Amino acid sequence: MKNKAEIVIIGGGVIGASIAYSLADKGMKDIVVLEKNYIASGSTGSCGAGIRQQWGTKMNCILSKKSMEIFENLNEILKVKRNIELKQGGYLLLAYSEKEFKQFKENIKLQNSIGIPSQLLTVKEAKEIVPQLNGEGIKGATYCPTDGHINPFRVNQAYVEAARRKKVQFYTYTSAQDIITQNNEIKSVVTDRGVIETNKVVNAAGGFSKEVSLMAGIDIPTKSERHQILVTEQVNPILKPMVMSFSYNIYCQQIPDGSFVMGYGDPDEQYSHNIKSSWQFLEEMAKKATYLLPFLKDIRVIRQWAGLYNITPDAQPILDASDELKGFFMAVGFSGHGFMIAPFTGVLMAEMILGEKLSMDIKLDLKRFEHDRLILEPSVV
Amino acid sequence: MNEDKIVCRCEDITLKELRDIIADGYTRLDEIKRALRLGMGPCQGDICLEIAAREICRMTDKKMEDIKMPSKRPPVAGIKMSELVGDNQNEK
Repeated sequence: MKNKAEIVIIGGGVIGASIAYSLADKGMKDIVVLEKNYIASGSTGSCGAGIRQQWGTKMNCILSKKSMEIFENLNEILKVKRNIELKQGGYLLLAYSEKEFKQFKENIKLQNSIGIPSQLLTVKEAKEIVPQLNGEGIKGATYCPTDGHINPFRVNQAYVEAARRKKVQFYTYTSAQDIITQNNEIKSVVTDRGVIETNKVVNAAGGFSKEVSLMAGIDIPTKSERHQILVTEQVNPILKPMVMSFSYNIYCQQIPDGSFVMGYGDPDEQYSHNIKSSWQFLEEMAKKATYLLPFLKDIRVIRQWAGLYNITPDAQPILDASDELKGFFMAVGFSGHGFMIAPFTGVLMAEMILGEKLSMDIKLDLKRFEHDRLILEPSVV
Repeated sequence: MNEDKIVCRCEDITLKELRDIIADGYTRLDEIKRALRLGMGPCQGDICLEIAAREICRMTDKKMEDIKMPSKRPPVAGIKMSELVGDNQNEK
């Protein structure tokens, strides 16, 4: 293993890999990525594979729109070897109260103002897109035709393979154990396979962002929470968009191979690193999904799993350089939507690390949580 | 051996695809599972994981006892959504 690096990125998920690729693409040398397990073994590989631009805060809208532009061209950009299974079947978001529909109208205004092609729909129009939808109780909907699906494993691996071609060193099955500092500067990263001298560290540790920050003596307000998912057997294509409801806290999409992937955010879930599956989830998920899309009754669930959301108080990520510790960068707290904004996050973080002017006006600093100037993201499952 | 042979029947993965991914450096079953969807179908790898483990050993210096099997996840067998919600009057 190398004993010296220009920068050490902790976390080999899609965020770490995307940052590594962007840094190498801009010419940085001697980049090391530490991954304690295998590539996509954490939140990236357990996510729901949806990619959407329909958000309720300007920052999330910009990050997701710019990322979608990269996803649409990822094959050429990364010279991707295996099919990344991009499916732009849209996202259909359902409103179940006037209050929710009012929020949707606000969101659409915001999204359209930065060029996201989303639109408001009546229940009738929503049913034209998803004829099998149970329309009971729905007040209205929004739809963005360019939202959809992309394969998280393949995207993560494509970033890793492209970064490796630019000489980035990935150490899998290697965990960061400590970050040694002196006079507010980073000296080295201690791993279970040796020490790497470096002055720069990126925290891209997903569900373990707080623990990695604490290694450097920095406390951040992120918390991890289990979110469960199930997948069904493969059937012929019948559902075009992702169907999502914040009131019912669920999402369901038919992915390109024909299976349905769906998840449900349990409001009673405790903060922890638990990623075990529960039978209660299967029952609750089946109830909600078959209510919304009754045809699912005849389809078999074949597997379930869980992963961690790493949540911030406003459900927006922290993309920042530490004020307290020189050379310590954070790309954490993605609150369940890190995968879909990873491409542009990598670009921004590379610009920040290299001291360049950011190509978009993004401010998602750590200090915002101290100053009580939070803009809450309303559209999260 | 004929490399067009299917090694994972659930996901229609051929021996050639399996060998290509091992040659690309994916030498653990958990990595191969995520790169190819091998073992992600209804049987969860009952047939293909053994075959993949043997291929890894054939193509690398690993031994069968070094190969870690991926997690088996619930449910053990496919179960209809209608059964999960207790609406299975039509099923025997």
